[in-house]
Amino acid sequence: MIGAAVAILRKDLRLELRTKESVPAMSLFTVTCFVLFHFGLDRDSLDGELAAGVLWVTLLLAAVIGVTRLFAAEREQGGIDGLLLAPVDRTALFLAKGTALFVFLLALELVALPSFGLLLLGPDLRDALPELLLVLLLADLGLAAVGALTAALAAEARARELIVPLLLLPLLVPLLIAASQASEPLLRVSPSTEDLGRWLGLLALYDVVFLLLSIAVFDYLLED
Amino acid sequence: MYAKGLKSLSIASVVAVAAALALVFFYAPLDADQGFVQKIFYVHVPMAIVALCGFVAGGLMAIKHLRSGDRTWDMRSYVAIHLSIILGVGVLATGAIWAKASWGHWWVWDEPVLVSFLVVFLLYCVYYPLRFSIDDPERQARYSSVFAIAAGAFVPLNFAAVRMAESFTHPRVLSQTGGDLPGQMRLTFLACLLAMALLFVTLWKLELTSKNASMQLKRLRAKLLAEADARAAA
Repeated sequence: MIGAAVAILRKDLRLELRTKESVPAMSLFTVTCFVLFHFGLDRDSLDGELAAGVLWVTLLLAAVIGVTRLFAAEREQGGIDGLLLAPVDRTALFLAKGTALFVFLLALELVALPSFGLLLLGPDLRDALPELLLVLLLADLGLAAVGALTAALAAEARARELIVPLLLLPLLVPLLIAASQASEPLLRVSPSTEDLGRWLGLLALYDVVFLLLSIAVFDYLLED
Repeated sequence: MYAKGLKSLSIASVVAVAAALALVFFYAPLDADQGFVQKIFYVHVPMAIVALCGFVAGGLMAIKHLRSGDRTWDMRSYVAIHLSIILGVGVLATGAIWAKASWGHWWVWDEPVLVSFLVVFLLYCVYYPLRFSIDDPERQARYSSVFAIAAGAFVPLNFAAVRMAESFTHPRVLSQTGGDLPGQMRLTFLACLLAMALLFVTLWKLELTSKNASMQLKRLRAKLLAEADARAAA
């Protein structure tokens, strides 16, 4: 199963490296969002609650783009039939798609975080970087699990571009709560790590619940 | 197969609702702080509890569907979620009225239960577009069940997260869901909860009966048409 998952993951990563479809679009979207927030809020620099909110809402919306495109190549080129005909556990498909999304999100944050620090963030990003990276890592894990599940759920629907954001964003509310509450003290002018453990705990709980849940139900999706 | 016991159940729920309303208006004492407005509590809270239980029950029925492959369980799960969404509209409306009357605003963000309910409600609203944009009936049942399970697991997680976020800024001094109610209010509240649960089960059965009947009718009609065609051809 791991072998099959790695094979599908390598295919997805190679496809992304050659077509450069998802990650550049997501990165461009986040930078555009920061510009929009600058004008929408009429603020030159943000800190604390506002900074955490802008960063996380932007990242979640960018993730929606990645999730919508997650099965796009297979659907448009008909590769999904090949994948489904292969005598491979569906869990392998979930693991591969989830990991691909996780990698895309990491690549996105490589662009999004520095540009956020450059364009909008008042305090220096480097002050609380290790803690922030930990929050990002845990949140990305949850995003990848829920994203892969949502992408598969919407795969058969006719209006899937509509279904994905409608389905994904409410499911991400607990993740948004934990992530922005955890990063809010980190993005203050004088960063502190108050309550960090508590929110990281909630993020970890969210990750575990949705990882297990997705693995349990994924077998019933993308059948026949 | 669903019509059995429907009549007695209907009578029971009519009696229960009437009795509960009588208790609300004639038995339960007026709230010292909020006065008459507080009576909306007897509709709002039972409705919310029943709706949430309906959502979770829909998830459990969906598990049963995926386990057994029996599509009637998907139909049961669908009807439970459908009714819970209708109740959800009522919960949000009565919640807004209560908030306006007692706090002066139609919506307050510092009431974690109401906020979590809104998030859950928004998620379940996607059940319809998801379900009805899948054409193949077998696949429709399967995907809807997966949604119902994921959303059912999401309900407690979301409540925990929203409560955690609120409890930092607003420590909750008193819980409003029944724990510390005085005796007469508590009895009335429990009667209302029972009435609402009975009403839910009755409506659920009724809807299933009607769905079942119309499906049978469709099947019979198709059969008759096929026979008529065969006779005309002969």
